[in-house]
Amino acid sequence: MTNTLSVLNPVGFAPRITRKALAPRLDTLDGKTVYLVDCRFDDSDVFLKQMQAWLAQHMPAVRTVFKPISSVYLNDDPATWEEIRARGHAAIVGVGH
Amino acid sequence: MTIEARYGVPTVAVHTDKFDRVVRAVAAQNGMPGLRQAFVPQPVMGKTAAELRAYVDGSDPVTKRPVMQEVVEGLTRPLDDADDPAIEFDRSTPRLVAPDTEERLHRLFLDNDWTDKLPIVLPTEERVAAMLARTTRKPDETVGRMRPTHFREAWEYTVEKVAVNAVMAGAEPAYFPVILALASTGVSARGSSSSSLATMAVVNGPVCHEIGMNVGTGALGPHNHANATIGRAYGLLSQNLQGGSTPGITYMGSMGNNYAYNSVTFGENEERSPWEPFHVQHGCRPGDSAVSVFTGCRSTAFTLGLREKHWRDHVRNMLRGLDPHTPPTLLLDPITARQFVERGGFLRKDALIDWLHENGTMRADEYWDYQLVQNYIYPRATFGEEPWASKLRAAPDELIPMFRREDIHVVVVGGETNGYWRIMGCAYQKTLSVDAWR
Repeated sequence: MTNTLSVLNPVGFAPRITRKALAPRLDTLDGKTVYLVDCRFDDSDVFLKQMQAWLAQHMPAVRTVFKPISSVYLNDDPATWEEIRARGHAAIVGVGH
Repeated sequence: MTIEARYGVPTVAVHTDKFDRVVRAVAAQNGMPGLRQAFVPQPVMGKTAAELRAYVDGSDPVTKRPVMQEVVEGLTRPLDDADDPAIEFDRSTPRLVAPDTEERLHRLFLDNDWTDKLPIVLPTEERVAAMLARTTRKPDETVGRMRPTHFREAWEYTVEKVAVNAVMAGAEPAYFPVILALASTGVSARGSSSSSLATMAVVNGPVCHEIGMNVGTGALGPHNHANATIGRAYGLLSQNLQGGSTPGITYMGSMGNNYAYNSVTFGENEERSPWEPFHVQHGCRPGDSAVSVFTGCRSTAFTLGLREKHWRDHVRNMLRGLDPHTPPTLLLDPITARQFVERGGFLRKDALIDWLHENGTMRADEYWDYQLVQNYIYPRATFGEEPWASKLRAAPDELIPMFRREDIHVVVVGGETNGYWRIMGCAYQKTLSVDAWR
């Protein structure tokens, strides 16, 4: 008969996941304000300005706002999020990494 | 995720493709598995505007569809069932692994990424109980919470969970209070940064002698059981108690880091140091035992001794060799520590740190152009945070300090076989009591 061992599990305790709803989507971006939110990481500003140029060229009815976050991406930025909610209709955030 | 969930604004997050699996995992753990994301090639860093325009005009390397189609549809396509995929809400961890043969259990631990890929000691009830016997803390007492990066969820762990990982590392039960103290810092030795960082752990006080830690010859190498296994335990407990350290999912260090095998763990050579011990500088009494942890270990500079004529230039050169985002901690053999006293007149560590702060300088334009300074310091400077805001006002050719004074540290270690010393680029995090975990 083969000997078996009983050993303990080394893994920690994961927090419970709470489901969060996505925001309702827009019917169209025409006439809407889209914030391009710059994470200020690894030249993300240069990238998002190219995306802003693409939108101006291909979707001129979309108003865009280039918005760098207020500090480093590690910090929450409620003032910027409030501004987007108050003045914008959608957001593109980049570049995560 | 914050803008979408808390502020109700439809959002698309754009990432580089190397982060596909990790960002989807993070979104799911935050309760938003259907978060809309688009991907572009890695890297963005260093590319010209024209090259990045080509990314925008091109295809998402994950879905193969046009990037801008992903972005626009991400904001406008109505939500449906695909945006709400099933996720596992119950992730409770069983206390025991299903019984099996020794060989198959070793294979299971290896396959589950529960090891550092070196052989481990299987954590049987008996072995874990022996470890637990060396602390007065209860097995089910919570020690802390840990996570691989700032944005990931923090997992929780108990005294028993730490003991399981200490056994796996091959640690003696006598080392357990030191390992618990390291776990209690909540500082992960398996950080997931793409920079491939590792940690450093310095032990001070009577516990070093009690458990036979090496503070002298070979202290930073694989020559002492306590140093080796305490450091290894710190790494194993970090990866297992924070929810993993698997490349592409919970570990994104591009090159990886050999320092991570035992987290550069050693004791300070207090008896041969001309200065007060590190833990005393950080609020402990000399008779206390404590651990101090540093993160961001990647770069090391070294030299031999301090030459009479040009030692100041040599030290400045070493400081200039570091990335200015990661401050210096000097690891000095006692021979060199005494040379700093004799040649520099630094009767206290503080005086040496003052000198290092004043002499670790760089032209302002060079400093601000470093990528990590751009990523992590420039944004804070532009919004007025000191001392960086003042540095930002410097003329391009003005010499400015590379490091904040409070981020520079000195530790004495080594066996005086010669006066070699090194600078570890790393960030001091905290000093915590070992005695509290006895």
